[in-house]
Amino acid sequence: MKDFLTDTWHLYLRQIRLTQRMPIFLVLSIMQPVLWMLLFGQLFRAIIKLPGFGTDSYIQYIAPGVAIMTALFSSSYSGIGMLRDIDSGILDRLLSTPVSRNAVVASRVLQAATQVALQAAVLVVIALAMGARPQGGLPGLLLVFLGAALLAASLASTSCGLAFATRRQEMLIATMNFIILPMTFLSSMIMAPDLMPEWIRAASRFNPVDWAVVTARLGFEGRFSVELATHLAQLLGFTALCALFVSVTFRRYQRSA
Amino acid sequence: MGGDPADNAIEVQDLHKTHPGGVKALRGLSFTVAAGEVFALLGPNGAGKSSTVRILTTLSAPTRGRARVAGFDVVEQPQEVRRRIGYVAQTSGVDPLTTGRENLELQCRIFRLPTDEARRRIDEILNLLQLEEVAERLVKTYSGGMQRRLDIAMGLIPQPEVLFLDEPTTGLDPHSRAVMWQEIQRFAGQGLAILLTTHYLEEADKLADRLMIIDRGQVITEGSPDELKGRLRGDVVTIELEDAERVEEAREQVNRVEGIHRVLVDGSELFAQTAHGASAVPAVAATLEKAGISMVQISLSRPSLDDVYLNATGHAFRSAGGPAEASS
Repeated sequence: MKDFLTDTWHLYLRQIRLTQRMPIFLVLSIMQPVLWMLLFGQLFRAIIKLPGFGTDSYIQYIAPGVAIMTALFSSSYSGIGMLRDIDSGILDRLLSTPVSRNAVVASRVLQAATQVALQAAVLVVIALAMGARPQGGLPGLLLVFLGAALLAASLASTSCGLAFATRRQEMLIATMNFIILPMTFLSSMIMAPDLMPEWIRAASRFNPVDWAVVTARLGFEGRFSVELATHLAQLLGFTALCALFVSVTFRRYQRSA
Repeated sequence: MGGDPADNAIEVQDLHKTHPGGVKALRGLSFTVAAGEVFALLGPNGAGKSSTVRILTTLSAPTRGRARVAGFDVVEQPQEVRRRIGYVAQTSGVDPLTTGRENLELQCRIFRLPTDEARRRIDEILNLLQLEEVAERLVKTYSGGMQRRLDIAMGLIPQPEVLFLDEPTTGLDPHSRAVMWQEIQRFAGQGLAILLTTHYLEEADKLADRLMIIDRGQVITEGSPDELKGRLRGDVVTIELEDAERVEEAREQVNRVEGIHRVLVDGSELFAQTAHGASAVPAVAATLEKAGISMVQISLSRPSLDDVYLNATGHAFRSAGGPAEASS
């Protein structure tokens, strides 16, 4: 366990350093939630006139949702970095050392989670500037970051798992593209549940993205309830499931060599 | 030291590897490398060199057979093996977006070297491989030779008992290759066992204490470079013909010359093996002249590893990769 944590930390620092070496990537990552916030805030401004949102500010409604959307789009392609490590021989070199196998994956997942948590923090600042009021205070905001980070970890794990299973960038991108958009729209991310068609509302109950959105939104609004707890628990379960997926595919990858 | 002090650096017994899809990469390979010995696996592409190295470095599991490295079984005790080896793969494995020093630092951390010792060791290795000046530069700015030296530096960081060098000079220009040979010679023979794979005969000849030629996953022949050359007994008469079209005709003629026991052909050249080179040269020259086949040149040489390979496999081993025809 100690070896796992030590190795995860050192490999995580490597990931962070790689990100720092790409300043444009950093700027784009920060700008992305800001841009989305402005776009959605403007485009759907009138939507709030419909009943069912429970607030008269769409910014207020959309802010936690955009935090989760950022998680979706930022971490879904995490596996591409893993493919780069596979193709360049970096992974093989690591695996020939006594490094903890789990740390190789965990460091990358952790990097995705912290990046998204940071993006969510930037987004919250913008939302506040645009007039949103986080009634949940600091604990509520932490729940927004947690929801985004957990979803990011889940999708980064899935993405890395796909990298190990398919070993092809095209397959990885196609698969993630295939699931991201439906997961976005089969949730209460941008639309209040009361306004959804019945079947979409039913589907959203089984959608991990919705679990993350509800966790973030209830936290943001300070509604610390059983509903929040169940959604957070479901999200944690999904994260564990994704961790299992990447761990199994990674083991299969190592055996198939 | 390994699990048992009397252990060899590497012991391989009847190693088989069948890839999913049925490709047989290894078909019963056995060999032993003593502690501190430089051992070369020599063979053309697809001979099974990399498959062997990947099994010995725990990256791949054998289908059948057993292998011990530094005294530990590669399947049963992979972590023990990993603590005692350095692996320099064919594809680089260093991170192009970080500096040379950062790559080495991460390697030190993985092997849990204390910070002070790590710093000392990194400086020592940078010095040994003449990388001090580029240590703070991103690896992607390195030349091929520099990057290869950094790969080796990564392998030397853990002070391994066994170092695996999988085709360390493939893709390097002749100058970088010569530099690399010097580097390897500098740290070889200090108690560190090295398993080197190569498809350059010259490289194996220069670096290895012992070498094994493999082809299609099987052993062709094994011994020290001198032993292998000695086994050819005698000399090689090399004849270059003016007209490559007449090479088959010439082969038949030379084959009939007394004292010639084998003639091999590569392009417009004939290689005639004989116990008595001095008398064979005039006899061969006379025979060809009588047949009206003109030569560009005829020369006599001691057998090289090229000839060892030619003799063992029946086809020429040209690092240039030209088409080769054999006969006997």
